[in-house]
Formats: sequence, structure tokens, C-alpha cells
Amino acid sequence: MLVNTFALPPGPGLHAALPLGTVVGTLLNHRAALAALGDAVHRPPYKAPPQAPVLYIKPRNTFAGDGDAVVVPAGADEVEVGATLGMVFGRDACRVAEAGALACIAGYTVCNDLSVPHDSFYRPSLRFKCRDGFLPIGPWVVAASQVANPDALAVQVSIDGQVVQRTSTAGMLRPAARLIAEVSAFMTLAAGDVLMLGVAAGAPRARAGQRVRIQIEGIGALQTLLVAQAAA
Amino acid sequence: MKHARVAYAGAVHHAVPHKQGLRLADGRVLAEEQVVWLPPLLPGTIIALGINYADHAKELAKELTLSAKDEPLAFLKGPNALLGHRGFTRRPADATFMHYECELGVVIGRPAKRVRAADAMAHVGGYTVANDYAIRDYLENWYRPNLRVKNRDGATALGPWLVDAADVPDPHALELRTFVNGQIKQHGNTRDLIDDVPALIEYLSSFMTLAPGDLILTGTPEGVVNVNPGDEVVCEIDGLGRLLNTLVADDGERACTS
Repeated sequence: MLVNTFALPPGPGLHAALPLGTVVGTLLNHRAALAALGDAVHRPPYKAPPQAPVLYIKPRNTFAGDGDAVVVPAGADEVEVGATLGMVFGRDACRVAEAGALACIAGYTVCNDLSVPHDSFYRPSLRFKCRDGFLPIGPWVVAASQVANPDALAVQVSIDGQVVQRTSTAGMLRPAARLIAEVSAFMTLAAGDVLMLGVAAGAPRARAGQRVRIQIEGIGALQTLLVAQAAA
Repeated sequence: MKHARVAYAGAVHHAVPHKQGLRLADGRVLAEEQVVWLPPLLPGTIIALGINYADHAKELAKELTLSAKDEPLAFLKGPNALLGHRGFTRRPADATFMHYECELGVVIGRPAKRVRAADAMAHVGGYTVANDYAIRDYLENWYRPNLRVKNRDGATALGPWLVDAADVPDPHALELRTFVNGQIKQHGNTRDLIDDVPALIEYLSSFMTLAPGDLILTGTPEGVVNVNPGDEVVCEIDGLGRLLNTLVADDGERACTS
């Protein structure tokens, strides 16, 4: 049995519903994103390539809906647009095997995992990824039964109508089911939680005043307007 | 006032202290051992601080590679990690260094957005005791401290009580102590916080709006040692309470035998 714990259908006057649970992001899951670091993964401060999935949490103050304006902070010229598939849990996943992992997913959505650009993955400050509005998500959740293969979806990012990135959910170090299995081995992903599959290499950047659109094949398109921070 | 959430006789209850243990909202008085203690609140965002006591920073210096510290080292945790008073935390079979961390937990009571330190204490709703375990074997240098170290299921005990802010006149003069099997192992005082509660609220609220129910775990002082299955760990903070946790083995699929 699946319970849709996430979204209302879109309609006039309806704001996209936001996650009820915890949103967990995955970094460097895209092979090319890890490869882009080259030899640096062996040098300090990292000293070795990541063994376990590289994870972080996007807190509730970051949740924003489709079409919402998001503030680019004063002092940052641009934000990085992290286009990724969001997997919405319909039932708890605790120590699940890879074979049963996708059965825990109620559906899929589009995430714009925004960051203030930063170079280090060692111990990044929360102020890069956890600012108010820094996780536009939606516009809806597509039932898992409607998505034949979450690991083969085209992802396209446009800024002001121009396509700036074409990528795919394929080519992950840990495809969807394996990622769920490895994360749920030590932390339960509960119904209503969202696990983000991971952003591709070469994430585009955008400025205040620009409109960002992320489209994931078969899921939908999520729009975000970036605005400048009002003078204090 | 101190508040607890407990399970008893098939339901979840609000409870307050009583000289014989605790009193449920419906008037029943029970001993501490008669109930299942749940985390005293279901927090929203859980923010934890690393290295927020100078002595603990020194203790970890070898692995820290810390240089000049220009902002608090904050990271996030999920609700999967939470456990109540008298709970059992599972220690992975392959861990060689798993340690407790006794911490003052600060619960936000009023929304806080770009709040100055001078005004910050008005946004605090209450306090609790936390024991935020870390499993250092799993430490990797990617998004430290990685969730595998600090966000394992049931490895962050909270409670027993949520204590109203009004009942804690000075949160920066509280003794913290951790006992392992009755022996004191960790001792500190919140006066030694590098970033105190107002500083943390000013810092965090400068970029993220804090909402009622958000929880800030303010870090731990020196004195962390490895603990093993069977060990009883008590974290206590003056005026807030005494939080008991017991380590049990986690051999994967085998049922917990405690």
C-alpha cells in the first residue's frame, strides 16, 4: 500500500505542497561529478575518495514551491543550480535490500538543490546549502508506478529560456535502489522523507533576476525565480 | 515546568515530575521504570555543533586539521537518530571507537530570522539534555561529520525532560557530567561554550529561519571515551535532568536481547 504523504494535485490557487519529512541530499553520486575532482580526492583534506554515500540534509526552512522566488544572498554573485531527482518515500525504509528498495518509493519529484558556490566538500558551512528557500521542490509527485526506470530520465536545466545543461539520472555510482539500500543501512528513511539521487557534474550557475527551469523527463518541470536580497 | 512524553498502558502521555517519579496528565503517578520514555519533543530541524568547547577541540586536535575558526561548525541531523530516556542504543559490531557526547539542547520557542545576539534569548523555548553518539570508525573527510558517524538510528538520546526556558535562569552556568557505569568520565560547564546560545542563534538565524521546535545541540566538552555493549551511560546537566542510555550490540539481523 502506498500513501501519498507529499503533494496535492496542482490547480488554480493551490500552492505546491512541500515535503513532510526529512530531505537528504547525495553529493558526488554522478560519476562525472566525482571524476571532475581528479587527484584531489587523494590529497588533503580528503586523503581518500569517499567510501560511503556523501550525504547532507536540507532543512525545512529551505523548502520552496514551484514558481517561488528565492533570494540570492548579498555577497554571492551567483547560485549553483543542482538539478536532481527527488525520491519520495511512501513507507519506511530501514535496512532494506537493494532488490526491495524501490518498493519503498511512493513517487518522484523534481528538486532544485541550490547552493552558494563553494570549493570544499570537507566541512562546508550550512550557510551554503541551508538558506531559506534553497530547495525548490515539485511541482508534484509522480506515482512510482508511472516511472518505469528512475535511473534513465533525461534532466534539462534552462535559464531564462536557454538550455544550459542536459544530463540524465543515468551514470550514477549508486543508482536509486542501491543508494536507498546503503543509506537505509544506518538511517531509516521514513514515509514522507525525500532522498535526492544526486546532481550531475557541471552544475550551472544563475544570478538574481533570472528564471531557472528544471525539467525531468516523465516527472515535470520546476520553476524558480531568483531575486536579489533586499537592502537591510 | 518540566515536560516529558512517555508511553504507558498503550498510549502516549504528557508527564511532569513527581517525587515518586512522574505524574501523567490524567493524574496517575508512576515510577520512572514503569513507562517508556520518548524524546520529550518531536523537533523540527536538528542542528548540532562540533567543537564548541575549547577543551574538546584540544582533545580532538590530532584528527581535526582545524585552523583559525571563523564560524561555528554546525551540521544537521534527522529525526531517525532520536531516542528517549532509558533507551538502548545499538553499537555496530565493527565499531572500535564509539563515544557519547553530553550536550545542552536548546529548543527554539519563537521564530527567529536575523536575530541579534542581544535579543536571541527571547527566542528560546526550553532546554533538554542530549547524548549525541559518534562512531569515529566511519569518519570520512567528505561533508564532515558525515551522517554515518553522527546520524545513525537511535544514536541521539534526548531527555528525560523538556525544561521551560523560564526555569533556567542562566543556561551558561550549568555543569555537565557523563558517567559510564557510575564512573565520571566527562565533566564540563556551559560557561565554556565557544559560541554561546545567543551567538549560535544570531549566527544560524542570519541565513536560516529558525522555527518553534527546532533544536540546537550545542556541543560537548572533553572527556569522550569508547563505550561497549552493556555499558550504562548517564548524561546529566544541572537543573535539567539525568539522561540514561544503555549500549547494546548490533549484530545486524539478530534481535535485540535486552
